[in-house]
Amino acid sequence: MAQLFPPKANVHARVIIVGVTVLTCCAGWATSEIYWSPYTTYVGVAFNQPVPFSHKHHVGDDGIDCRYCHTGVEKSAFAGLPSTDTCMTCHSQIWKDAPMLAPVRESLAANRPLQWNRVHDLPDYVYFDHSIHVAKGIGCSTCHGRIDRMPLTQKTQTLYMKWCLDCHRAPQKYIRPRDKIYDLAWQANTDSQEAEQLIARYHVDVSGRLTNCSTCHR
Amino acid sequence: MKDAEAKSIIPDSKISPLGYPTNLLEPGQTYESVNRTIAEIPLRLSAPKSWWIGAIIAFLLLMMFLFAIAWLFIKGIGVWGVNIPVAWGFAIVNFVWWVGIAHAGTFISAILLLLFQHWRTAINRFTEAMTLFAVSCAGLMPLLHLGRPWVFYWLFPYPETMGVWPQFRSPLVWDVFAVGTYFTVSLLFWYLGLVPDLATVRDRAPRLWQKKIYGIFALGWRNSAAHWQRHQIAYLLLAGLATPLVLSVHSVVSLDFAVAIVPGWHSTIFPPYFVAGAIYSGFAMSLNIIIPVRKVYHLEHLITPRYLNNMANIMLVNGMIVAYGYFIEAFMAYYSGDIFERYMMFNRAFGPYGWIFWSLMLCNVLVPQTLWSARIRRNPLTLFIVALFINIGMWIERFVIVVTSLNRDFTPSAWAMFFPTRWDWMILFGSVGLFLTLLFLFVRLVPMISISETRELVAEPQRANVP
Repeated sequence: MAQLFPPKANVHARVIIVGVTVLTCCAGWATSEIYWSPYTTYVGVAFNQPVPFSHKHHVGDDGIDCRYCHTGVEKSAFAGLPSTDTCMTCHSQIWKDAPMLAPVRESLAANRPLQWNRVHDLPDYVYFDHSIHVAKGIGCSTCHGRIDRMPLTQKTQTLYMKWCLDCHRAPQKYIRPRDKIYDLAWQANTDSQEAEQLIARYHVDVSGRLTNCSTCHR
Repeated sequence: MKDAEAKSIIPDSKISPLGYPTNLLEPGQTYESVNRTIAEIPLRLSAPKSWWIGAIIAFLLLMMFLFAIAWLFIKGIGVWGVNIPVAWGFAIVNFVWWVGIAHAGTFISAILLLLFQHWRTAINRFTEAMTLFAVSCAGLMPLLHLGRPWVFYWLFPYPETMGVWPQFRSPLVWDVFAVGTYFTVSLLFWYLGLVPDLATVRDRAPRLWQKKIYGIFALGWRNSAAHWQRHQIAYLLLAGLATPLVLSVHSVVSLDFAVAIVPGWHSTIFPPYFVAGAIYSGFAMSLNIIIPVRKVYHLEHLITPRYLNNMANIMLVNGMIVAYGYFIEAFMAYYSGDIFERYMMFNRAFGPYGWIFWSLMLCNVLVPQTLWSARIRRNPLTLFIVALFINIGMWIERFVIVVTSLNRDFTPSAWAMFFPTRWDWMILFGSVGLFLTLLFLFVRLVPMISISETRELVAEPQRANVP
């Protein structure tokens, strides 16, 4: 009987078997890489904004407190974005003719808020409340990083559920005294005893309630 | 007298004094006749008319299935009749039914192989194929039942971005592993058994493209002693792997129910009772398929009445186990003294779904008793009808378990009826369409009886026939 396949066919078969296996693994690895890369998470990506607002300048150089602009952070779910009037408390006096700030002046003149592009955008099915995190000793820099060093605002965390749970499962790794909430240079406590004391003092329920589905998905 | 009767039904088939057909192979078969009979079916370019009729009907049903699934995905599971309290409807009934049907294949291929039962020879290929197709239908059902089927992969434990694993304490997750393992092992087993036969088909193919296609799938099989030695070791190892799966898969499926506290589900008898029911329906479906196929393709001399008789015997045994299960369920409901258990049983038999319960008794307990008669076991037509009853009965059984347990549980104010919608029925019959379409393609493209094992029977006739 004549040969159906040339001797090369054996090589082809082996290459296909190995190739499919390798390609499947590579596809899995690539998918994971994409999901954890800034392409998907936007970590470290500066967004286009109507005004290139610099937290580095306002917080780092000028030392303005977070709550001067984000007034709701201690008492509501949304930390709040400043109205144009807040900007104008200073910028009606300094840099008042800077071309960079033209949209701010237009906003004031037209009585129309500035349209910022949201950097930290949680899915709508997540219930998140700033005030409870602040009240229980979770500071700004834990989630927002060294905002005082960012010329343009960007995410430092993925905001993936895994990241939320990392803290909800072990809040003692991140809890800090309430007077350090706005201290952006605060370093995570290595003294676990102090962390445990804070957990007790702020009545953080570590019995497992923090990881209930309905804690965040209501 | 008895002999004469049987001979009038099936000429040339030997019958033992006890009324059992003796031959696994009709006399006069040679290697060449076996090769020709089986290998020519996939190689012929034309198919019998009845194949076309059946395949077209099956394909139309499959299209209806796709249509029903598309509509389901567009509108959500509100198009079905399920609601609270009957949140598990046809999808789960169909799932359990199809997984059950899948059980005959591995039972025949693995357990009978390990027990040296030669009456698996002509039917193992069929039933293994049936297993694969039935598992495919079964696997779809829970996915369709998901509210968001596009994230079905959340059932698998993989390093994802949410930081949560699937709930490993849930039998629904065990299902994923049980059914997935079962499908994988069944597929490997089926394919491994096919390799020598694909080589036979390759060698007999008259056209080059047929030679090439079958040649690729035959993996360069040359029928050498070394090939056979490795093949047999691998085949036995896979049979050993598959054997516990026959018992484990449906046990795990039964735990979907038994782990819950709903009266009518929360029962320790469920795993063995489900496994027996699974083998019961699997053999019934095998008969429903083998009997017409053997007729259409004139394979009566290879799939002899002895196969049918033995399968009927297995059905009878499993039918008795299942009937015992029904009895024990009722007895335990009474004996528990628990008001909810007792009411569940009363509601099952005399509640609004009572007529379904009694049709279950008819299909699964009464009708199969006819299998005590050797004449009915030997006659393909009567056997086909009994098997059909059992298939329907096993579907009804799952309906009774799922729906009548849920529709009236602990809180009377929450009682409600379940009525299937047309979309429920379309999914059920559509999945039958998927199953049959795959089966028609299988019969058309693959040697449907193991050629190499049938040749073994030719070589050793003492194995083929009961003394």
